[in-house]
Amino acid sequence: MNRLMMIEFHLDSRSGVSPYLQVMQQVHRALRLGLLQVGDQLPTVKDVVTALAINPNTVLKAYRGLEQEGLVAGKPGVGTFVIRTLTDDSLPAHAPLRRDLERWMRKARLAGLDGDSIEALFRDTFRAFAAEDVA
Amino acid sequence: MTWLSWRQLRTQAVAVYGLLAALAVLLLITGNDLRHLLARSGVLTCDSGDCGTVLDAFNAHYKVLRSILGPIIYIFPGILGIFWGAPLVARELESGTYRLAWTQSVSRTRWLATKVAVVGLAGLAVTGLFSLLVTWWSSPNDTVSHSRFSPPYFDERNLMPVAWAAFTFAFGVLAGVLIRRTLPAMAATLVAYIGAKIVMTAWIIPNLATPLKVTGALKAPEDGPPVVTGRRIGPSDWVVSQVLHGPDGRAVHDIRITPDDPCARTHACFDGFTQTTTFHPGSRYWPFQWESTGILVGLAAAMLAAAFLVLRRRAA
Amino acid sequence: MTAALEAAGLGKRFGKRWALQDCTVAVPTGSICGLVGPNGAGKTTLIQLAVGLLAPTAGSITVAGGTPDGRPAQLAKVGFVAQDTPTYAQLTVADHLRLGAHLNPGWDAALAGRRIDQLGLDPKQKAGKLSGGQRAQLALTLAVAKRPEVLILDEPVASLDPLARRDFLSSLMELVTEHGMTVLLSSHLVADLERVCDHLVVLVASRVQVASDVDELLATHRRISGPRRELSTLPADQQVIEASHTDRQTTAIIRTAQPIHDPAWSVTELTLEDIVLAYMAHRGDGQPVRRQLAEVRAS
Repeated sequence: MNRLMMIEFHLDSRSGVSPYLQVMQQVHRALRLGLLQVGDQLPTVKDVVTALAINPNTVLKAYRGLEQEGLVAGKPGVGTFVIRTLTDDSLPAHAPLRRDLERWMRKARLAGLDGDSIEALFRDTFRAFAAEDVA
Repeated sequence: MTWLSWRQLRTQAVAVYGLLAALAVLLLITGNDLRHLLARSGVLTCDSGDCGTVLDAFNAHYKVLRSILGPIIYIFPGILGIFWGAPLVARELESGTYRLAWTQSVSRTRWLATKVAVVGLAGLAVTGLFSLLVTWWSSPNDTVSHSRFSPPYFDERNLMPVAWAAFTFAFGVLAGVLIRRTLPAMAATLVAYIGAKIVMTAWIIPNLATPLKVTGALKAPEDGPPVVTGRRIGPSDWVVSQVLHGPDGRAVHDIRITPDDPCARTHACFDGFTQTTTFHPGSRYWPFQWESTGILVGLAAAMLAAAFLVLRRRAA
Repeated sequence: MTAALEAAGLGKRFGKRWALQDCTVAVPTGSICGLVGPNGAGKTTLIQLAVGLLAPTAGSITVAGGTPDGRPAQLAKVGFVAQDTPTYAQLTVADHLRLGAHLNPGWDAALAGRRIDQLGLDPKQKAGKLSGGQRAQLALTLAVAKRPEVLILDEPVASLDPLARRDFLSSLMELVTEHGMTVLLSSHLVADLERVCDHLVVLVASRVQVASDVDELLATHRRISGPRRELSTLPADQQVIEASHTDRQTTAIIRTAQPIHDPAWSVTELTLEDIVLAYMAHRGDGQPVRRQLAEVRAS
């Protein structure tokens, strides 16, 4: 399996989030979306370092953090592999939900909303919805 | 380090050695010809009265080549020292490449020693070959004109060009280390070269041994120019100076005689006049070559040692 | 773990001027240490002392366990890329590799050859005709292929365009991952250093202002702002690095190991760049700069 197709990291230097946390968050997201599955190999430290021009210790720290969360395991001399995903049984529902979302977005567009407005509307509704959920 | 020193010198070395090779071809051909001409001219076996004409006829051959060859070999060691010695260290300091050269795994001393050895030896070798060629080419003329002992010819034969090359090269290296800029170091080397030439030629070489003095009275023969009696100066001797003294013992610059002077009839115009000749016998030629070389090479060694010390002190 | 570079009271004077004074730092082995400061602060002086191009006027320095005295064994342990990456303009890329091979007993010819191929450099190209970025990569190759323990770089990317800069840092990080050398990297561009360095030394006006782990710097420095007050009233363990006042408000960047309990302050975290700039705003005498700002009046 070509691991490079699975996940590519990027770094947002202005987000205020430290680099190793960003790497961890991106692995989390990939796991949630099913882009990374159990048995997949994470990019080697060297590949990440070359792609992002960051300190190798940063990558090591991120991978160690993921290891502590029980998501990955390092095999010395071979690489770091995913041992648990963050998806749940809801993963099959992703595709139809994605289609529904796309339909909604198209409707919003036709109604004349621009990108910022669509995002603002979604976020606002989601916040209210999440608050309701907690209550 | 030997490879690097050679690689940095390569272009210039090829150019200079190439020029020398071309010159060598020219000199070998013409020099051979000159030797045949000498044998045919009969200058050496001449015993008739018009030997002067025969001599002049011989000297006319290759006059132009001879007149430019002399100055070229005279200044060549200086040029070599200026262009190969001064930039050796100065260029690296000026361009900043010393920061690359001194942070590899060779010590600064070895770096300088190898550069000096490679470039220095290449320079001395090319100068030595050049001097050998010129001395060989000039020997027919030197044999008949006996002029090799006096300046500037003394510097243009045998050991002297190599000694001058060593001196100027070493000065250039030291100047480069101290001044740290290429052009000023080259200028300083030029000034030092000229200064040293003047000092050596006018003062040191003539006094390497106490010159001999001989005084003879002027006598006017029946016809012809006045001659000096007494010990004859040999043809290969180096006449450093000649001073005329009048009957009162004081030095005079010249003797003026008009045709209707009373002494002209008695051939006594020159009575009482003497000439003191200061000279070095021809046998001193080779000792002088060796001693002058010793002085110049000794100075060169001292200057190189100083360069090493200064360079090392800039380090830890 | 011993330090890869250790300086104790290190100082260098040129004539009457001290280019570096009272420098005491320890760069941990295996770290990538950034050396930051404004131009003329003494970064190049410190670096030249570390590689043996200068001798100390005061104090001492050891690199990879040895004194930088110009001995071949010491020189072999340290790889150096000087400012403006000097190369021999008339020598080709291949010539430079030969230079490295002849002058370094520890030369890894395979590594050097691989890198030149990877970079796409033409071995027959004269170094003078290379672009700035290519020359920097060549200089980096020369420094790394001798397999040093410590790699020291003096503003290697200062005059490069952003793409060349990125490529250089990327190469550098890749090489460090492969070979595990300690790196000391000087720069006056702080943004680059945040993603690359795990240790930082800030040099201002010939003195070290702070030398510490990056994580520790981020954890211990905060920006506090609140109603205007005199900062001498702060607790002793809160050290003010930089402060500014308006008529009504005080903002300060402080260094503290303890949490900040005073409810009057609103506390925010800082980026590494913020922290470094705060230290660079120090006057040479170590006193923080206090600025009186004109209050912005609402219109």
